[in-house]
Amino acid sequence: MEVSSLYNAQFMDHVTHPDYKYQLEDATHEHDGINPSCGDELHLSVRLGDDGRIEEAAYTGHGCAVSMASADMMSDLMVGKTPAEAIALCDLFKGMITGDEKDADKLEQELDEASMLKDVSHMPARVKCAELAWRTLAEMLKDENAGTTTTE
Amino acid sequence: MTTPLSAAELGIIAQSPYKQDFPLLAQHPELAFLDSAATAQRPAAVLYAQREFYETMNANPLRGLYRLSVEATQAIAQARTHVARFIGAVDDAGAPQGDAIVFTRNASEALNLLARTLPQLVELGPGDDVVISIMEHHSNLIPWQQVCAATGANLVYLRLNDDFSITQEEIEAKIGPNAKIVSVTHVSNVLGVENDVAAIAARAHEMGALCIADGAQSVPHVQVDVRALGCDFLAFSAHKLGGPLGIGVLWGKPELLDAMPPFLTGGEMIDSVTETGAVWSPVPQKFEAGTQDAAGSFATDACLGYLESLGMARIEERERLLASYLCERLQERDYITIVGPSDPRRHIGAVSFDVRSVHPHDVASILDMYNVCVRAGHHCAQPLLTYLGWHSTCRASVAFYNDKSDVDRLIDGLDQVWGIFNGSL
Repeated sequence: MEVSSLYNAQFMDHVTHPDYKYQLEDATHEHDGINPSCGDELHLSVRLGDDGRIEEAAYTGHGCAVSMASADMMSDLMVGKTPAEAIALCDLFKGMITGDEKDADKLEQELDEASMLKDVSHMPARVKCAELAWRTLAEMLKDENAGTTTTE
Repeated sequence: MTTPLSAAELGIIAQSPYKQDFPLLAQHPELAFLDSAATAQRPAAVLYAQREFYETMNANPLRGLYRLSVEATQAIAQARTHVARFIGAVDDAGAPQGDAIVFTRNASEALNLLARTLPQLVELGPGDDVVISIMEHHSNLIPWQQVCAATGANLVYLRLNDDFSITQEEIEAKIGPNAKIVSVTHVSNVLGVENDVAAIAARAHEMGALCIADGAQSVPHVQVDVRALGCDFLAFSAHKLGGPLGIGVLWGKPELLDAMPPFLTGGEMIDSVTETGAVWSPVPQKFEAGTQDAAGSFATDACLGYLESLGMARIEERERLLASYLCERLQERDYITIVGPSDPRRHIGAVSFDVRSVHPHDVASILDMYNVCVRAGHHCAQPLLTYLGWHSTCRASVAFYNDKSDVDRLIDGLDQVWGIFNGSL
C-alpha cells in the first residue's frame, strides 16, 4: 500500500490544522469514546437545532492521526444531518473501513472527504482508530433515539 | 556513552549470510523484519523437521507399542535432552537433565503452570510475598496477580532506578523474609535490559523463597546457563528462537518438579487410575496431560541444532552489534527518544523508542508501507509503560539474521514518518 493513499496532504491537514477540534460551549449532547488498547480518547460535543438537525459537531481528545483526522472529517460531514441520517452515515463509514461496502461512488458521494479513509479496510489493526468518532456519535444518537439522556 | 561501533564491527553486520536460511526472508528481500522479539522467523531446518516428523514418524507418542510410536516417543525424549543441554541444565556429572524439561504450549503456559502449582507447594497465604519486577510481560504478571488475589499474599514489585536497573539495594529491600516466590524476567521485552537474575536468585534463596526466571527474551539472544543463573525454574518459548509456534519450555529443579502437584490432568500424565483416584506419572509426563505436539518438539530440537551450528556465542555477539547499531542510528535523530538505557550495548534484542508527537500506531503503519516491520503499543507490559510515563511506544527488535541494511531502512522510514507529520514531504 502506498503511503500517499492514506497519509496524504489532505489527510495530514486534518491532523495538523483541524477545523473542529474544540469544545462546543452550547452543546446539547456530549459523549466520550475510548480505545483502551490504543489510548485514544475522544470527547464529542454536538448541538442539535430546534429542527432536530445537527447544527454543529466538535471534538477534543488525543490519539493517533487516523482517529483524529477521522473525527475532524466526521464533524464536517454531520452539519445539517438529522440523527437518523447521521446514524446511517456512521453505519456506512463502518461498512467502508471493514471492507463490507466497496461502492466507491456511493462512498465518495455520501461520506465526502471521509471516503479517503477507505484504505483502512486493508489495515485491520487501524479499524478501531478510524471508527472511534463515528462509533461514539452513533452511540450517542442511538441512546437519544431510545429516549435516554447521554449528556455526561 | 560508549564508543560507536568500529569499522570492523560494522563490517560484521554489513550483510547477513543467514537470511538465505529463512525461506520467508529469502523470498522477501524487500522486507526489514524488526519484530523478532514478538516472534522470530523460522529457518528451513525447522520447517523440514516439522514435515519430516509427519512423513516419517507420525504416531501418538508415549502409549504405542509399535515402532512408529516408539520413534515419536524417542524424538520427544531427544528434544528434551537437547533443550536441557542448550540451557545448561546438567547434573553434577555434566549429564543433561532431559527429564527436568516440561513441554508446554508457550512461555505463558509454563508460567501459569508454576502459578497454579507452586502456591500449594510453598503453602502461600496471607502475609506472604510474591515478588516480581515492574518490567514483567503480562504473562509473568497476571498469573501472580491472580495467585495473590486467591491466596491473600502480597504482590511486591522490584522497581527500576533512573538507569533502568534493579539495584542490589532494591533487591534486598523488596525480597525479605516474607518472600515465598520471586519471578522475574531475565531480559525485558520492552527495554532490552538484562536483569541480574543470579543476584535476585541468591537473595530469594537466602530468604527461603523460590526463584523463577522468564527467559522468553534471553534464551534466543544470550547463552543461558541455569546453573550460573541460580534460579529454580526457567520458562521460555521455542518460537522466539525460530522454533515452531506452540512449543514452550519449563525447566525446573528435579526435586521441586517431583514435589509439585500436577497442573492439567487427564491422559498421558497418570500411571494408574481407579474410580476414586489416580497415581501421577513421573516428571515430566506428570505435567504433560493429553497428546503433546511431538512434531513441534522434534522441530524445536532441529532449531537448537541450527542455532548451535552457527554458535550461540557468535549469535550473541552479532545481535549485540545489531542492537548497538540500531540504538546509535536512532540517537542520531533528535526527534526520537529511546525508552530505555542510552548505552547502546545494554540493549539485548529490543529497543523501544518514541517519535516526537507521532502516535506509535501511525509510525508502525507508515513504516509498514515501507516494508519495515516494527511493533507499536504497550508490548504486553502496560504496568511498565505506565511506571515510565508512557502510554505506548514503538519497538524495533533484532535477531542475528538481520543486517545493517534492515536498520538503515528503518531509519529512512522514520525520516519519512517525520517528514509526513511535519510537512517537509
